[in-house]
Amino acid sequence: MSKPYLRPYQKPQKLSDYPLGTASEAGYLVTKNCGWRNERPIIMDECINCLQCYLYCPDGVIFKTKSGLDIDYDFCKGCGICEKICPKQAIKMEVE
Amino acid sequence: MSKQITAKTITDSEFFYGHKACAGCGGSLAVRIALKVLGEGAISVLPAGCMSAVGFNYPHLCFSNNSIISTFAGTASMLTGVEAGARAVGIKNFKAVGLAGDGGTADIGIQALSGAIDRNDDILYICYDNEAYMNTGIQKSGLTPFGAKTTTTPSGENIHGNIRPKKNLFEIVAAHNIPYAATASIGDLKDFMNKIEKASKIKGTTYIHVVAPCPIGWGIPVNETIEISRKMIDCGLWYLAEYENGQFKLNRTPRKFSSIKDYLLSQGRFKHLEDADIKILAAQRDAKWTTIRKNWNTTEEEL
Repeated sequence: MSKPYLRPYQKPQKLSDYPLGTASEAGYLVTKNCGWRNERPIIMDECINCLQCYLYCPDGVIFKTKSGLDIDYDFCKGCGICEKICPKQAIKMEVE
Repeated sequence: MSKQITAKTITDSEFFYGHKACAGCGGSLAVRIALKVLGEGAISVLPAGCMSAVGFNYPHLCFSNNSIISTFAGTASMLTGVEAGARAVGIKNFKAVGLAGDGGTADIGIQALSGAIDRNDDILYICYDNEAYMNTGIQKSGLTPFGAKTTTTPSGENIHGNIRPKKNLFEIVAAHNIPYAATASIGDLKDFMNKIEKASKIKGTTYIHVVAPCPIGWGIPVNETIEISRKMIDCGLWYLAEYENGQFKLNRTPRKFSSIKDYLLSQGRFKHLEDADIKILAAQRDAKWTTIRKNWNTTEEEL
């Protein structure tokens, strides 16, 4: 499994630090999206691991673990699609 | 039919992650799922539009496969070049995929798309249709439906939003005698995923038109993106179909349509519609479905 991940970024100090041309490394993340969120989804014990939330998340922040599902809160924007799509109401939105 | 792709079997890897799309964005879901199906061998080409604006913010780059921004009008022609170039330098197991919005496909990029289909280049073109130019602030595109309010088709006392019907791009593309074309919706990802899988295996130009609602432009809460795309299929204003070997095939035949009024009035862009406008939309829908049922293969079968 692979996905883009957060990396440290230092602002260019001098002209030679800037990249030549417009191409750069793929999947290079430097900022989080969690500051956009008003509510955070919580996966509760009722989860039957049907993976609908994992599939329908526009940001792909719900991921499989050995014991079920977990959420990458660094990049969750709190849209609440997972709560709506869950057939068991096993996700609840909690005000931040 | 071969093995189906499901949430269980699709790769855990993410190829479009950490992007700056609005919360609840339908287009970003379509792109994310498309790249998950195609895998790391996908070389994506994105024209000006939301997905290139939210995916490439140097140094924050959210595509982990090879991706490039094309000119607005040149998605399909750049795909042609990418495919020929990758083949020439001996890259194996790649798929050149275009991810363009409705404006970049139906209006600005239609000439390049038409040319690519004519040459039958081995590319996959995916149009994520959110029914207006959302990236620049909701202007009418060729795929904006009748009655929808946008900043360039405002609703007033005399004119109630867009006065022209939605361009029938799926059939325009099919009329090129393309090897494979399909319509899809993010409301039915199982159908969408398997259509991408099918298209990626076909040699020649393939086209998938996926409806991807925009909560901001459509005037719906951010958590209702999926629900509204399902309602759109249920009320008959969208259909899941395929075009292959010169034949149209309907994938889902609703026996009875759900309320078109309920679908329309739950969105801000249609709030101003009066009963007479809704009747026009319902009549357009019924006429379309009469033609579909008469001329297309409507027997349902698993994809």
